[in-house]
Amino acid sequence: MPFFRKKIYACAGYNTIALGTGRKEFHPKKPRPGIEHYIKEAGLGAIEQIKNPENIDEGVIGNFIADRFCKQGNLGGFFPYVHQTFQYKPCIHVEGACDSGGLALVTSVKNILSDLADVVLCIGVEIQNTVKALYGADYLAAAGWFSGERKNGHAYFFPDRFSQRAGAYMKKFGETKTREAMAQWFVNAIENARRNPKAQEYHNTVQDLFALGMSKPNPRAFCEFLNVYDCSKVSDGASALIFASEEGLKKIGVEKKDAIEVIAFAQVQDNLTKAPPELTKLTTCEIAAKRAYERAGIKPADLSVLEVHDCFTIAGIMAIEAAGFAGYGEGADFIKAGKTKLTGVIPTNTTGGLIGYGHPTGATGVRQAVDVVHQLLNRAGDCQVKIDPARPFGMLSSMGGDDKTVVAMIFRKSE
Amino acid sequence: MNLDERLQSVAVIGAAGKMGSGIAVLIAQEMLRLKFSSPDKIFRLNLIDVSEKGLDGLRDYMKAQFVRAAEKSIVTLRSTYKDRADLVENAEVVDAYVNDGMKLLNFGTDLILAKDCHLIFEAIIEDEKIKIKTYKQLKKIVPEDAFFLTNTSSIPIGYLDEKSDLDGRLIGYHFYNPPVVQKLVEVISSKRTKEELKNIATELGKRLRKILVPANDISGFIGNGHFMRDGLFALDEVLRLKGRFKLPGAVYIMNRVSQDFLLRPMGIFQLIDYVGIDVFQCILKVMRTHLGDDSLKHKLIDKMMKNGIKGGQYPDGSQKDGFLKYDKNRPVGIYDLKKGEYVSIDDNFKKKLDKVIGPLPEGFAPWKALLGDNKKEDKLRNHFSLLKKMDTMGAQLALSYLKKTKEIAENLVAQKVADSGNDVNAVLTNGFYWLYGPINDYI
Repeated sequence: MPFFRKKIYACAGYNTIALGTGRKEFHPKKPRPGIEHYIKEAGLGAIEQIKNPENIDEGVIGNFIADRFCKQGNLGGFFPYVHQTFQYKPCIHVEGACDSGGLALVTSVKNILSDLADVVLCIGVEIQNTVKALYGADYLAAAGWFSGERKNGHAYFFPDRFSQRAGAYMKKFGETKTREAMAQWFVNAIENARRNPKAQEYHNTVQDLFALGMSKPNPRAFCEFLNVYDCSKVSDGASALIFASEEGLKKIGVEKKDAIEVIAFAQVQDNLTKAPPELTKLTTCEIAAKRAYERAGIKPADLSVLEVHDCFTIAGIMAIEAAGFAGYGEGADFIKAGKTKLTGVIPTNTTGGLIGYGHPTGATGVRQAVDVVHQLLNRAGDCQVKIDPARPFGMLSSMGGDDKTVVAMIFRKSE
Repeated sequence: MNLDERLQSVAVIGAAGKMGSGIAVLIAQEMLRLKFSSPDKIFRLNLIDVSEKGLDGLRDYMKAQFVRAAEKSIVTLRSTYKDRADLVENAEVVDAYVNDGMKLLNFGTDLILAKDCHLIFEAIIEDEKIKIKTYKQLKKIVPEDAFFLTNTSSIPIGYLDEKSDLDGRLIGYHFYNPPVVQKLVEVISSKRTKEELKNIATELGKRLRKILVPANDISGFIGNGHFMRDGLFALDEVLRLKGRFKLPGAVYIMNRVSQDFLLRPMGIFQLIDYVGIDVFQCILKVMRTHLGDDSLKHKLIDKMMKNGIKGGQYPDGSQKDGFLKYDKNRPVGIYDLKKGEYVSIDDNFKKKLDKVIGPLPEGFAPWKALLGDNKKEDKLRNHFSLLKKMDTMGAQLALSYLKKTKEIAENLVAQKVADSGNDVNAVLTNGFYWLYGPINDYI
């Protein structure tokens, strides 16, 4: 029995360029477009692919923390700014740290399931280059328990969280193989990003990426077990995707062949005030993936493409385990064997992921959905992987905080 | 009195200048480090300058530098402030550090501010009369055991000491520009300099993580001893070439040869402009007087000064026009003394002269690319061996320049300005950012 009581489709995906260090057009001291520009660019990018934008019923905007990076709240107010026909239509801003985009996806789907909307424009956005990284780290630390953890936390709060996870994983499963798998994850991310003109690392020309990935961490200036190449990028960017019921697709003039079916999701919340039950495991991500598979009635081997939340290389390794592709402690070997590459067993983060494409936090979940949809539609350009007709599924896993807020969503190529 | 005790009360005279402000930042950061381990003690850094306007700028500069230092060390700084429950975010920790830093500082124009200071850094104008007058005034104000560290780059220390009656309480402590960045400090003891002061100076250098190179007390020391003569050689070459290429052409050729063919961080005329033509002239005069060497002058320098072209930098650090004209710190023109105006370095101008200079050796990599290259030594050797085989004007000029810089360096050792060739090489590589020392076996 299908998980949803009616069919839900996703179509008309659009990603902006992820702007930040690495892009040739980025200069930290030159003025850059504001958040409203990104929302509008992504929104228009989506609605230009449909016939009747006036038939969009609602908007959902995912954003983590524009109130600090841009001193901007009330983001729903930019929905009518995207297109004149959105004036006086409902829009809601959702927040769940780096999973804000994931929450925007499920909120869009729920709106359609509620029968109050047939078509929802889902936008994710974040601007992060307005302050230096050490101040940005302060803002992003809000994804953890601020009053309980920030004071005794590291200057680079989240990198340190995952550095501790990396240290624990190395201790338990072997330092060398873990370190090498982290470097390999970085290599894959950059290689994929070089195929994606929108990626922040698109212009990367470094020859020996693996050596760079193996750089020795410097705990005095950064983290004990992570170097900067283990980290996702500081990015400005936005993504948009349209969700519709069958009726909705007709209303906006999109044929089924141009849409991908959403067949299940799982939204899982862990307690922010508690430490992770196990540092070497993304427990919440694992629960979310299991539930999503169960609801979709499929197993990991049915997927042709996967998007995981590699905010750090070590998170990528653990996310592969959480998604059921490698056993506990076997993720490092799986990655070292090249099984997550574009030609591997499960092509993962095919457009660069958070390390290669970039990580405009609030946009990331939506960006992942856009890229899964593009893959299943065979429209992923140079990043396209083979979609086996026997495995017409793609999944994304989007994570907020230190494995606290997670959304997993499964898509299927339309019949 | 040990260094920690002396560092409780310090003065910088000429603090608003480029060198003084840099020294102030380094000392303030060290004092703040001590303050953190002895919070009950009072630390005071007195920043004295003749210019009120300069002091306003210095306040902003000190603040900006405290911010920079805090941002850079934020990982460890958070543990320094771990007991301050009110400081949670990095931004709050940075602010606290800046506040604590600014609390150390007194600003003023009156030397009386130095009255309790046991360590005095002097970084005023390079004019011995003014320096001696200032020391005499300070001597009446400061404690009897106060030590003086002068940033002079050319005036003999023993001479200043004797004329100011400092009884060996003076040492040469020559920072390089900008002091916050440059690792080199040339340390010059005179025959009179007290042992205790020498020890304090050495320990301070370690604390500031500087590379200390000893130079003997002969006017110009190692740094200017080399740079002035190196500059004079280039100026002479310009005189020799100007018949064929006119003055702007000759300046372009020598500037390019020194930068690209000799792989220096900037061309020799850009460097003279950076230091200041006025400063260059002034140091030549000091050296000429103290060394009794009349060859230490140049008519091109004097003519530029007569035309009011001085080079140096604006308070914001941008380059003033000198031999070259600058747009956003990039050379765009060259001064024509005859016309009294700048000739533009346009494509035509460059094309014509670059043709005369000839091509760079095959596989050429500029200074910046070689700086962090771990095969630098091999690549340099290859670069110069290819130059030797080239018959172009650029290669010939470069080789004779290379020979000359070696000769200048060897003379500094022969004349006992430097104790060894290694010391000269250390000054040029650390203070002038050369990729190689002038004493080498490339030719």
